[in-house]
Amino acid sequence: MARRAALYAAALVAYAFLYVPLVIVVLFSFSASHLGTRWAGFTLHWYRVLLHDAAMLHAAWNSVIIALAASLAATVFGTLAALATRKYRLRFLPVLVLAPLSTPDILQGVSLLVFFVLLNVTLGLKSVMLAHISFCIAYVAIVVSSRLAGMDPSLVEAARDLGASPWKGFWLITLPLLAPGIMAGGLLAFTMSIDDFVITFFTAGAGTTTLPLRIYTMIKVAVTPEVNAVSTLLMASTLVLVLSISKLAPQALKGMG
Amino acid sequence: MSISRGAPKRPFSSMTSRARLARWALSGPPLTFLAIFFLIPTLIMALASFGWPGREGGFSPLWYHDAAGWHFDFTLGNYRDIFTLRLFLVLYLRSLGYALATTGFCLVGAYPLSLVIARARVGYRNLLLLLVIVPFWSNFLIRIYAWMIILGPQAALSRGINAVLGLCGIRAVNLLFSPFAVMMGLVYVSLPFMILPLYANLEKHDPALLEAARDLGASAWSCFWRVTFPLSVPGVIAGATLVFVPALGAFAVPDILGGTRGIMIGNVIEMEFLQARDWPFGAALSIILTILALGATGIAAWAARRGIKAYG
Repeated sequence: MARRAALYAAALVAYAFLYVPLVIVVLFSFSASHLGTRWAGFTLHWYRVLLHDAAMLHAAWNSVIIALAASLAATVFGTLAALATRKYRLRFLPVLVLAPLSTPDILQGVSLLVFFVLLNVTLGLKSVMLAHISFCIAYVAIVVSSRLAGMDPSLVEAARDLGASPWKGFWLITLPLLAPGIMAGGLLAFTMSIDDFVITFFTAGAGTTTLPLRIYTMIKVAVTPEVNAVSTLLMASTLVLVLSISKLAPQALKGMG
Repeated sequence: MSISRGAPKRPFSSMTSRARLARWALSGPPLTFLAIFFLIPTLIMALASFGWPGREGGFSPLWYHDAAGWHFDFTLGNYRDIFTLRLFLVLYLRSLGYALATTGFCLVGAYPLSLVIARARVGYRNLLLLLVIVPFWSNFLIRIYAWMIILGPQAALSRGINAVLGLCGIRAVNLLFSPFAVMMGLVYVSLPFMILPLYANLEKHDPALLEAARDLGASAWSCFWRVTFPLSVPGVIAGATLVFVPALGAFAVPDILGGTRGIMIGNVIEMEFLQARDWPFGAALSIILTILALGATGIAAWAARRGIKAYG
């Protein structure tokens, strides 16, 4: 029994390790002190500052636009990749789709930077979107594949036997069954895009900021609890996203990092 | 994490042109996009690592044509510099050290938690798992920033430690901007990468095996070391790969928490590209980093195969 207690204690410590830092961030967003690291009474001041911080709001807007565009495109590409891999048993495509997940972020960032500069593409929203699509495809493909793997092929076969064309079979059977997986994959891609710092850092150029880039600048230059306030709001929205993904595709969360 | 493969491949020649069209309509767009925005940029980096820097940053051309014909201007100089200047070898070794230590700490920290989740009642399992996933999906920079607060010189932890050190007559330490801060940050952002694959593995273990071992007189300790742990090796290897590779190429964690003492190879690559603007040298540094990461993944795959054979 002592061993079991030790096991639970160790698990509890691990949970505490995961949560205490985040709780501290949230807590200090309500601190009246100018330093992000000292408590000096409760205030909503930093949320008001946040609401009037035009640069931060603009960065947040950019992040949302990029994440929407990137996750939509990645959802289309990733779903196609998952369908093609399943249907035609391709070799090269799945390797290419998953490769961005196993190359260091920094390599992807700098190689895209070099690529865009060599092609004279102006760095900005568009270059960031393209970069984000390239690493988001993998997430969508994984989630949609796991959904496809759990699908009963006899349903489509039955539809075909009853005279449905391949296109009709896909449109009426495969796609509706796949929809939660596609939604979950899209939401995951959205989260990954809005969260990304390293690849954005290299592909955004000087004039464009996203929320993570703005937070980075504040952390490096002048930390105020405004960072905590924006972090708290971001965490709240992440929570909503994670909960919706876990409703849509419970399996997706397990297989995924 | 793999994409499942379905129906057996039909020989290409027997496919109708319509089927061929459908095949390309499905696989063409993702293939083209990733070829352009992932494969080609990576290949450019590999090529560029054999070039000279341009006069105003960037690259000087690898080949050109003039009245005398074609000229090729490749050099091994970037790689020679990396292997002869001790600075860069030390940085690679240090990054490898950080990545190994991170993997070790994550394994020790994640194992009990994964075990508890895997053995919890089914109804609780998803909740416990969700509790791991939520911090994991919170913004990456926020998770690093949290450690800036915790380790900051004004924070309770630093003041407490320095008060004790002061009593012992030891000079005050700065926890932030140190290798220690980098370690904490790396372990913190990587821990879920170890928990999730470990859990996925442990969940599948047949409880009857442990009961059998116990019935045959094994202690809880030998049950763990002779049944649970060997069976979990594939999960450990998967987790170790997911932790090791990003930790090796870490950029944001050492950049924010490390200061000058906690620098890693990722920071040097960033400097070569954005500050020094010696792109070919930066390209060579990133190619070696990628080779190390691929090597680690290869070793992991090999170990996983051996593990399956040994405990199969």
